[in-house]
Amino acid sequence: MKILGTTALAGALLAASFAFAPAPAMAGKADDTLNAAFALEPEALDTYKIAGREGLILARHIYDGLLYKDLDTGEIKPALAKAWRFVDPMTMEFDLREGVTFHNGAKFTADDVVYTLTTVLDPAYGTRFRIAIDWIDKVEKVSDFKVRIKMAKPFAGAVEMLADALPIYPAAYFKEVGSAGMAAKPVGTGPYKLTEMTPGIRYAFERFDGHYAGSPKGKPAIGKIVVRTIPELNTQFAELMAGKLDWTWRIPPDQAARLASRVQIVNGPIMRISYIGMTVTGKGKDYPTKNLKVRQAINHAVNREAIVKAFAGGASQVLNSACNPKQFGCAQDVTKYAYDPAKAKALLAEAGFANGVDIEMVFAAMPRPVAEAIASDLGKVGIRVTLNEQQYAAGVQKWRAGELPAFFTNWGSYGTGDVAFIISNFFGGGADDLVQDKEVMELVNAADTSQDRALREANYAKALKKIADQAYWLPMYDFNINYGLSKDLTFKPHPDEFARWWLSSWK
Amino acid sequence: MLPFLARRLIVAALVALAVSAVAFGLMFVSGDPAVVLAGQAGRAQDVELIRQAYGLDRPIPLQFLSWIGNAFAGNFGTSLYFNLPVAPIIAERLSVTLVLGSAAFLLALVVAVPLGILASLKPGGTIDRIALMLAVLGQAIPSFWLGLILIVIFGVWYGLVPISGTESWQGYILPVVVLNYYAMPALMRLTRAGMIDVLTADYIRTARAKGASQPRVLLVHALRNAVLPLVSLAAVQFGLMLSGSIVIESVFAINGLGRLAWESLLRSDLPVVQAIILILSLIYVTLTTAADLINAWLDPRLRSA
Repeated sequence: MKILGTTALAGALLAASFAFAPAPAMAGKADDTLNAAFALEPEALDTYKIAGREGLILARHIYDGLLYKDLDTGEIKPALAKAWRFVDPMTMEFDLREGVTFHNGAKFTADDVVYTLTTVLDPAYGTRFRIAIDWIDKVEKVSDFKVRIKMAKPFAGAVEMLADALPIYPAAYFKEVGSAGMAAKPVGTGPYKLTEMTPGIRYAFERFDGHYAGSPKGKPAIGKIVVRTIPELNTQFAELMAGKLDWTWRIPPDQAARLASRVQIVNGPIMRISYIGMTVTGKGKDYPTKNLKVRQAINHAVNREAIVKAFAGGASQVLNSACNPKQFGCAQDVTKYAYDPAKAKALLAEAGFANGVDIEMVFAAMPRPVAEAIASDLGKVGIRVTLNEQQYAAGVQKWRAGELPAFFTNWGSYGTGDVAFIISNFFGGGADDLVQDKEVMELVNAADTSQDRALREANYAKALKKIADQAYWLPMYDFNINYGLSKDLTFKPHPDEFARWWLSSWK
Repeated sequence: MLPFLARRLIVAALVALAVSAVAFGLMFVSGDPAVVLAGQAGRAQDVELIRQAYGLDRPIPLQFLSWIGNAFAGNFGTSLYFNLPVAPIIAERLSVTLVLGSAAFLLALVVAVPLGILASLKPGGTIDRIALMLAVLGQAIPSFWLGLILIVIFGVWYGLVPISGTESWQGYILPVVVLNYYAMPALMRLTRAGMIDVLTADYIRTARAKGASQPRVLLVHALRNAVLPLVSLAAVQFGLMLSGSIVIESVFAINGLGRLAWESLLRSDLPVVQAIILILSLIYVTLTTAADLINAWLDPRLRSA
């Protein structure tokens, strides 16, 4: 429905009409209900089967993990586990919290941890992202309130994953109803319990009064939450203006500026970045991007500052490294390619393309105007781009098959603040790595499997430096999100794109 | 009449089956469903596991046969996206679409037919010009634009009706009006054209000469013949409304069948898409068959066709 969202005429009229709108009512403050809206339908609320952010946000209100990451401090805090330690480099041990109750009244014990993790480890279960769990070999019960996780491989992101990404289900209930049952009637230990659901359409939550004392999520201030799907952004704005909505997100920069006088707009940076990947191996195809000078020319030719200013707005910034500066290990001491069309032309001539060169660029999950601006910049130095917009799935399939010289898209690192979740995917030798630089692969692999933070940092830095030197990517910019809020609501955005309504309150 | 009916029903069932088969194949042509399901953060190895877990690695004809076999047994499978049975999800959305589509269609008929008749009485007259202007506007104004304008006026400024959703019956008011305005012009024009055509016919002159009253001439003699093409068009229009107007459902956040079909296509939720295609093709063939039957009843000459 992009065509609807961007229809200028209707948008302009709607914006103009805001001037006549009455002041928003109290929205949900009067009945202590936070009314939120997503444009996309949330998925099944079995966390292990979710790929989309909307469903994951709801799930984090229902479930808790063994650990919790305080994004404000970066500190990993105890959650369902009150303490944890490495018994040996491949074994983690957890002391579990006593006196925790699930929404259905069941008591939380080691059995819940063992059953949940063992079940979702089974490939037949169909856990959506293996990266979250494939580092676990097995989970053992030591006593009623002590478990051990044996690792299948060294994995630096293990602790990150245990912090909320692997929620614990009530074993007896989960055994009885399975994944479909958890999706239909989810039961967790989280700060809110689901009271009503029309799948994809409407979700109602109530604060769980039995939520365990000492939870790092704290006691929620708001009693009820209702989340609806409203696909059309202009309709969301109308609801916001009329005071029927308290929370919405992903508001385009121009619309946010128009709305700012009527509602509360909060902007925050996120972990997602946009980039142009360039095929170096080519799998038999003779792409111009195999040539270092062409790749360097591309890096110099695009006026990223201007593009960020025109299209991204807010807290977005131009990137130089192939990662997000907010991530651990995202070294910034790398070769920088300033906007320099003359140099780009010279490099192109040196590469043997004095008369210019033709290149196809597929873009997916990125706005067309941005892709067109890039193509226009490249065209100015003689790189004639054939733009081709595709669905992400179709684009990535072609990329993996080595059928694209350049792919312009974005990557969210699972919202995780560690470069392991980006450069190992694109430069670690896997299916998405069309560079296959042996030296980079070795550095990334060594960093990914070590627990030594200094060593990891050093190896990632070397890898990122080489990636920039070789201009394997054109890192574009990081994203920011505009949230539209009722003036009565306090809400703090976080860079991992997880809305934490348990931290919200009424003014 | 009976052989005619039997022939039509057999053709209808075959069409529904053929449409389902073609749609099934097309979903695979348009991209690998496993990649779509894996999402934007899905790695190549996630895609492989999904392919196996959901049986997407089996030959496509085999997948279709097992799906159609289950569908005939009343089992539409489990939605890959919601991890819940397909039937209740579709039932929920279909009921919303049925209410919206039927109400808008009835309103369109109630407005279009009398307006068409009135306009036909004096072609070029004031009523005719007003009716044609309304029709032109209805065809020219994009429905999402009209929807947003009505939302601003009646939802935001005056707060008379809900802006979105169908949690109360008032939520249907604006979408029904917009959907009706989208369907009305063609119905009105066809009624008008048909009536103008018929009113100059010899049998109308004869009826008038025999002293039949104006309402009797219009409604009994003229309308029965003028309405024949209208029935066919109405069947298609009604079908369109029941397949859901994605645009209107999006603007008013009505989670009907149209949006479910669109979203499910984008996220490659095969079981849901297949069930919707089967249901919609059945609705279409039922409606067009019904239109043929009504026309055959109205005009006995068509029965031998």
